[in-house]
Amino acid sequence: MSLERFLKNAVSSWMSEEGPDSDIVLSSRIRLARNLKEYKFPIIFSRDEAVEIINWARNGLGSESFSDTCSFELLTMNDLKPIEKRVLVEKHLVSPNLAENAPYGAVLLSDNEEISVMINEEDHIRIQCLYPGLQLKEALIMAGKIDDWIEEKGVYAFDEERGYLTSCPTNVGTGLRASVMMHLPGLVLTRQINRIIPAINQLGLVVRGIYGEGSEALGNIFQISNQITLGKSEEDIVEDLLSVVEQIIDRERSAREALVKTSDIQLEDRVFRSYGILSNARVIETKEAAKCLSDLRLGIDLGYIKNISKTILNELMILTQPGFLQQYAGGPLNPDERDIRRAALIRERLILEENRE
Amino acid sequence: MICEQCNERPATLHFTKVVNGEKSEVHLCDTCAQEKGQMSLFNGNAGFSINDLLGGLLNGGTFHHSSHNAVTHREELRCPKCHMIYQQFVEIGRFGCSECYKTFKNHLVPVLKRLHSGNIVHTGKIPKKAGGNISLKKRIEELKQDLKQSIEQEEFERAANIRDEVRALEKEVNNGQEGGGQS
Repeated sequence: MSLERFLKNAVSSWMSEEGPDSDIVLSSRIRLARNLKEYKFPIIFSRDEAVEIINWARNGLGSESFSDTCSFELLTMNDLKPIEKRVLVEKHLVSPNLAENAPYGAVLLSDNEEISVMINEEDHIRIQCLYPGLQLKEALIMAGKIDDWIEEKGVYAFDEERGYLTSCPTNVGTGLRASVMMHLPGLVLTRQINRIIPAINQLGLVVRGIYGEGSEALGNIFQISNQITLGKSEEDIVEDLLSVVEQIIDRERSAREALVKTSDIQLEDRVFRSYGILSNARVIETKEAAKCLSDLRLGIDLGYIKNISKTILNELMILTQPGFLQQYAGGPLNPDERDIRRAALIRERLILEENRE
Repeated sequence: MICEQCNERPATLHFTKVVNGEKSEVHLCDTCAQEKGQMSLFNGNAGFSINDLLGGLLNGGTFHHSSHNAVTHREELRCPKCHMIYQQFVEIGRFGCSECYKTFKNHLVPVLKRLHSGNIVHTGKIPKKAGGNISLKKRIEELKQDLKQSIEQEEFERAANIRDEVRALEKEVNNGQEGGGQS
């Protein structure tokens, strides 16, 4: 039953709630990589070791509550259908690698889906906290608590000099990857993004379009994360990322203001054209849907469009991915059918908004 | 849009490749993309992965011998726990177990420096259990810094308090070592 809730009740809290600075920052994520001392790492561990680790997770973490309000359910990848796995990937609750290449992989999910703990991915344990809006510090604190709780149940691979030992040397030390997902249409439309990305890279941070490649990020959504995990404290890593993110937020806000001043009617036209397409299209590809959703969200943020919830971009970017569309349709769909389904889902979702008032 | 490869099925994957500033677009259907091994876009690993990059990084620069010598030299290094040899690590860019960090210790410093902006020592969180008395030692280091500062600023009363605290903690560390042995 609970699995059905996870998959059918498609919207996770980070998609539906508004966090701080949510006009620009869609979500904040903290990931901690940990390994258990006694076992070989998942790339070469034996089947027996893998099963032992899953049992350890099931009995130690899956059966006990973390707190009064939070407990976890363990899902093993082997027991899931391909579509179900894909849905978990599209919701960013498990990595594509775990879903596709980890026969002994599992995930512990919290009820509200803000916390997921991947078991037997590249590392034995990967703790993830995913919060709406800009809440990196809050997510780091929560991830730290989960980390302490897990450490009570096992012995971590830790070295005084190198810190938390991970399978890949790019994660050693803190094992921390902090990232934010940002919607930056202003910087893209004013073409500032191409200058900003190299500058961010020089600061030791990584910028990626999460649904596309490089500067042609689908839906103008970018993910910014730390590269360095060794030699800095967790707090400093998060603080450094935050200071850059805050500057980008300022730049994005000024870009939006400038756009409204210089091309108000053109911008309004763009927004309403996209709204028109989303409300009326019968067939729509991912790329066009992403572009229109980005315009619509910008229109909501700038006040051109009222009565539509801001979280529509977060939500529909996820819900119009192939896995979700097939889940929604109740069976496999070919690409043409997906485009039809996608258009239908978006129209229905917008009608819900219009009736909501 | 139709897939460029089979010219039958509709293209669902659209790549933009930028090679030396030259941009080219590729449009494939699911089936052909999978055959071409480009399906990794769905994996989030877009074309080539961190492994490929890391492999190059790990291979380069640590030795000035000819590559043949370097390989034989490194082959002697085999992790006692997971039996991984250094060359394997270079190829896949992943360690086999936590012992590998000790086994390949001497080769790792330049690698870590390059990956982490010159850093090689962890300064972040220390786990309660696995950390043992590392956090105590770090706390003592911090207190000693404070002590130095207080003396410089002639806050002798504060300095005396810190000194007592340092002594107490040092005693605790020593007791711990006698009891449980040093790991």
